[in-house]
Amino acid sequence: MRRASALAPRGFLSWAVVLVIGAVFAVPIIAMIEFTLRDPAGGHSLVHWGALFNPANTAEFGQIWIGVGNSAQLALVTVAIVLVLLAPTMVLVHLRFPRLRRVLEFLCLLPISIPAIVLVVGFAPIYLVIGRAIGTGIWPLGFAYGITVLPYAYRAIQANLGGIEARVLAEAARSLGASSRQILTRVLLPNLRQGLLSASLISLAVVLGEYTIASLLNRQNLQTALVVVNKQDPYLSIILTLLTLLFGFLLLALIDGVSGGRRSRRTKGRS
Amino acid sequence: MISSHPSQDPRTTGSNMLVRERGDGSPVAFSAVQKFFGTKQVLRDFEMQIEPGEFVSLLGPSGCGKTTALRVLAGLEEPSSGFVSIGGVEVTGVPTNRRDLGMVFQAYSLFPHLDSLHNVMFGLQMRKVSKRQATDRAREALDLVGLSETADRYPAQLSGGQQQRVALARALVTQPKVLLLDEPLSALDAKVRVQLREEIRRLQLRLGITTIFVTHDQEEALAVSDRVAVMAGGRIEQIGTPEDLYTRPSSSTVAAFVGLSSVLPAQILDDRADVLGFSLPVLGRAANGPARVRVRPENIRLVAEGGVPAVVETSVYLGALRRTRVRTAEGLRLSVQHRADERLDYGDPVRFAIDPVAVSVEPVAGTPEPR
Repeated sequence: MRRASALAPRGFLSWAVVLVIGAVFAVPIIAMIEFTLRDPAGGHSLVHWGALFNPANTAEFGQIWIGVGNSAQLALVTVAIVLVLLAPTMVLVHLRFPRLRRVLEFLCLLPISIPAIVLVVGFAPIYLVIGRAIGTGIWPLGFAYGITVLPYAYRAIQANLGGIEARVLAEAARSLGASSRQILTRVLLPNLRQGLLSASLISLAVVLGEYTIASLLNRQNLQTALVVVNKQDPYLSIILTLLTLLFGFLLLALIDGVSGGRRSRRTKGRS
Repeated sequence: MISSHPSQDPRTTGSNMLVRERGDGSPVAFSAVQKFFGTKQVLRDFEMQIEPGEFVSLLGPSGCGKTTALRVLAGLEEPSSGFVSIGGVEVTGVPTNRRDLGMVFQAYSLFPHLDSLHNVMFGLQMRKVSKRQATDRAREALDLVGLSETADRYPAQLSGGQQQRVALARALVTQPKVLLLDEPLSALDAKVRVQLREEIRRLQLRLGITTIFVTHDQEEALAVSDRVAVMAGGRIEQIGTPEDLYTRPSSSTVAAFVGLSSVLPAQILDDRADVLGFSLPVLGRAANGPARVRVRPENIRLVAEGGVPAVVETSVYLGALRRTRVRTAEGLRLSVQHRADERLDYGDPVRFAIDPVAVSVEPVAGTPEPR
């Protein structure tokens, strides 16, 4: 059997693959940038980017700031669900109920196969009840987002959990006198930091990019605000979209930087 | 590059805190312990008493229940019935973290986010020992295992042997009542295994700690233990000193598992076995009639004249000696141990004789039970 490296394209072909895939991502972004640089008077300029700092756009920014604030609340609730509910459940299943691992995996990956529009059909009657019980504030929408981020958060945490011999570490800590709480806080969570950070940041990125559920449940978040602004000023809408994308890239770079930094610190000097 | 071997000998003076404060060890007892996993019974009426400061190995093939017995003692598994006691106090039902144990696992179990020093300090911190005292004791423990220079290294920066040494220091630093070793050497290469097992034994003797060592490697068990318990099918087949097990196995299972032996047909008459014309005493009592006996390779020797003719099938050089497998004209195969300079090749004709050393007897089907 040929090794995977032997099957990999070489030379010109590998560069061609990189260029084609790069173009798929780069062309829309370049087109968006070019669009924001178009000057109504002809040619290209930074006139639309200058609108970001124009006090006359306060009303449009008001929409955006409300959307950003709401998305931030949603992100907090979603990340809290991931850290407080999902992560401990995964640890518990991993250590105490390993036979349930497949079931948990199936449940967590299920949302990725259900279109958002279908999820909303299910959420709508639930949120009707939630709205009556605790009001129609933005934060309860975080429960729905908690479900939509499950596949990504699960994968990030599971990859980390599977790589640290959690069971052995827990038993070693217990034999040294640690209680269950101490095992979780002093042994497992520090070693799951990379997975938890990745899960949190990915959840944040998903929440910031979510439109369908918020729109169909009549809630306002960053993406619905961008759509509103787009109807008033498409240039400003694209500029804000680009800034959101940039924020997403920075988050991913942060994940990579943190995990890479920790890897190199712990393995430096290994014989 | 970090060597997998200690860069210096562990401190041998009594100035080390752990050595200075050595105890007399605690007795351990298993009483009628049974353990089921679902419908599968893993431990059957498991009984064992271990004296204070004793080093006992649980030896047996995979699945015989030796690790389960250790985990029951550690509290990592609850017995289905029966009880265990440490220091004369029943601990069945007491959580692992309150049993005052030290444990070294087969898999590398150092906490990856802590350096060696903080790994060793962990158990002391759980016992609310002051930071300064915990640091001092952890350094002493690292010194004891010859790794004081690796205090600031993370587990990923240590070799397998070094990781298990740090794990040993971590298990010993709290001065536990019992030290449990769950195949701690099985992931290491041969040379490091031998070094580390000797080091474990030396430390155990110096610290006087009761130790239970689980292994499937009979050489390892025989080399370091005061007593060895050979397990099969969830119970102890025989427990005794290494010499007892090797020279006076109580059953064919023990004889087969401990040491190498050739199984030969025999005729039993009045507690003596006639094997290929040699009259050998038997261990215990055996019924008259046909049987099989187990003969150790060191009890079969090559002779120039007389004896039984055979031809060489394989001959393995083992450094200080040579082990040769021969086949008789009847097709019987035997292992013979002899001097390393007696070089033999495939097909060489040889003659062998069997020394009159007591052999263990296995009845063949249809033979009456021993009287």
